[in-house]
Amino acid sequence: MRIERRLGLAVIAAVVFMCSGCGPLVPSAPEPIRPVAQFVAPEKEYAIKVFDPLERVNRLVYQFNYYFDVYVFLPAVDGYRWVMPDYAEDRVSNFFDNVLEINNLANCILQLKPKATGITAARLVVNSTVGVLGLWDPASGWGLPRQEEDLGQTLGYYGIGNGPYLVLPVLGPSNLRDAIGKGGDLLIFNEIDPFNFENNSFLLPLTYNTLNAIDTRKRTPFRYYSTGSPFEYEWIRLLYTEKRFLQIMQ
Amino acid sequence: MPALLLLAGPVSAKEARSYDYPFDNPFEATVVGTPDEYQPELPKEIPSEIFSIKTFVRRPVPKIFWYQKGMDFSLVAQPRKAPLVFLIAGTGGAHDSGKMRVLQRALYQAGFHVLSLSSPTHMNFIISSSETMVPGDLRDDSRDLYRSMALAWQKVRSTVEVSAFHLAGYSLGAAQAPFVAQIDDERQLFNFEKVLMINPPVDLYKSVKRLDRLLEENIPGGPENFNVWFRDVMNHLSKINRELDLFKLSENALYTVYKHYPVTDEFLAALIGISFRISAANMVFTSDVMHGGGFMIPPGVELSPYQPLEDYFIVAHHTPFSDYFREFMLPYYQEREAGLTGEELQRRQTLQSIGDYLRQNPRLGLMHNRDDIIVSPEEVDWLEETMGERARIYPHGGHCGNMAHYDNLAAMVAFFTGQDQWNEN
Repeated sequence: MRIERRLGLAVIAAVVFMCSGCGPLVPSAPEPIRPVAQFVAPEKEYAIKVFDPLERVNRLVYQFNYYFDVYVFLPAVDGYRWVMPDYAEDRVSNFFDNVLEINNLANCILQLKPKATGITAARLVVNSTVGVLGLWDPASGWGLPRQEEDLGQTLGYYGIGNGPYLVLPVLGPSNLRDAIGKGGDLLIFNEIDPFNFENNSFLLPLTYNTLNAIDTRKRTPFRYYSTGSPFEYEWIRLLYTEKRFLQIMQ
Repeated sequence: MPALLLLAGPVSAKEARSYDYPFDNPFEATVVGTPDEYQPELPKEIPSEIFSIKTFVRRPVPKIFWYQKGMDFSLVAQPRKAPLVFLIAGTGGAHDSGKMRVLQRALYQAGFHVLSLSSPTHMNFIISSSETMVPGDLRDDSRDLYRSMALAWQKVRSTVEVSAFHLAGYSLGAAQAPFVAQIDDERQLFNFEKVLMINPPVDLYKSVKRLDRLLEENIPGGPENFNVWFRDVMNHLSKINRELDLFKLSENALYTVYKHYPVTDEFLAALIGISFRISAANMVFTSDVMHGGGFMIPPGVELSPYQPLEDYFIVAHHTPFSDYFREFMLPYYQEREAGLTGEELQRRQTLQSIGDYLRQNPRLGLMHNRDDIIVSPEEVDWLEETMGERARIYPHGGHCGNMAHYDNLAAMVAFFTGQDQWNEN
């Protein structure tokens, strides 16, 4: 995982050691009371050290997402909430949940999970008919719980590792495997094309995608830089990684 | 000056009789809190507004904290003239933390305005409002709180009509409340009618030692072995998740999981220790940055917002509160006060150090639990003896676990409204 970094450190240490006779190579910084070297063993595993070679870029994107949230996303959500009655908002949420069952179904099939596949297929049928195109969700009340699956989980299920941690613009925390999975899920959806976007003007897909994004943001309580922790980036990275682990193991 | 109150006859604290809080194990209570069915009906939506103010206008904010714009506090206002309760959060708690929101909803329902402040140990408070930026001293932190309360009040006074002021805090905030009240006795800005302490520590240093120990003694192999323990917990969780789907559970999730999978006391104690250690780590790192390094950051090194912090994360989370006290806080105070000893600084962080004030002030009230894990039985006895009639001690509830219980919330409201319920047995 961090071999190259460790090698780098070893080389530097060796050089410093060899040069220790010929005056300091770098001006030695004054030591703090609790120096890192005393508490962090380089060869030890730490849960918080998630593989994140692009960290500086990720942190920049994280910051971008905060500004995007503040100036674009959250105002749009607020406007949406102001315009729509709560009742209608819930119908919209259910509608998107129901449409995305297509991806859940595809991934249940890909993971060869007969029970989850059956439940999801039944949910799709029940909610699209009795639930009026998915505006309501009677299936959950009938003992057909939603099976959240996505291509990232499917890849993980077949043993594909996380790869490097990524912070995606607008979408937030992810990793290489899940980002590829997101792209794949999009392909699957477009292949099935339930709303016949292909033969429609660009307005329909645009409306669909915008509303879907706003609805998703509305349902995500997370706000950037609001945890009250100076280590928020590390915490989110760890929580995302562990959450995906739990979802894949399910 | 409060008149000396001479109480006639034997004085005893109120024991709540026929109390149906469900957990008599203090670790369970502290972690799981109050299940829904033991909470009163509270309004779901309250008109909460968040404000941000500049306490120290000229203080530069380090680059790494670029997103900190000022001190945040929240106000829940009644549309009419009403008494206002100031709330102080516990260690590491924000003005809008879960526990604070429960208190806000209960007090709003009872007709109070509520103005909530984060704990002086919270990152946002240290950066914006702490004069020393070295939290942990009850008197200095209370001075910071008082200054912030005055500024917050200045900010909102034109929008609310207030008939009287009250003050309440839980946990560390409860220990700060009487110190804040003392300052107000001098300055007379608010003239608090009632001051309520909810589950305060009696001796701050002893309490944090107890919390430090919860982590050190309940991770098999000690904190050094944390990673093994953590992986083990996650693997265990994945089994539970397969059956329960933790991502689908409601707000009362914890209780649901708990009923299915009772866990050991060691595990619960470790969780409490970890949660406290996280608060301490956030505090220590923030304080170190604000002082330009020297504790874990090399002195004079300026951190960029884009640089990895995981090494500091590890050091910060390997810093028990007692180490912070000895290696950071004590030297800082010794520099300002020649000859100050650790014992003396510790002695100042006790309620005993203002025992007379607690004994004589009729406006103070106390709620506590006999089995609170941050205090010893002797300390609860001392509180009872000191507060007499003004104390309400519950048989169990752990540390703040029963704060949302209907009996507790009713008693709090009764305390501020002056109803009899407070004195009923």
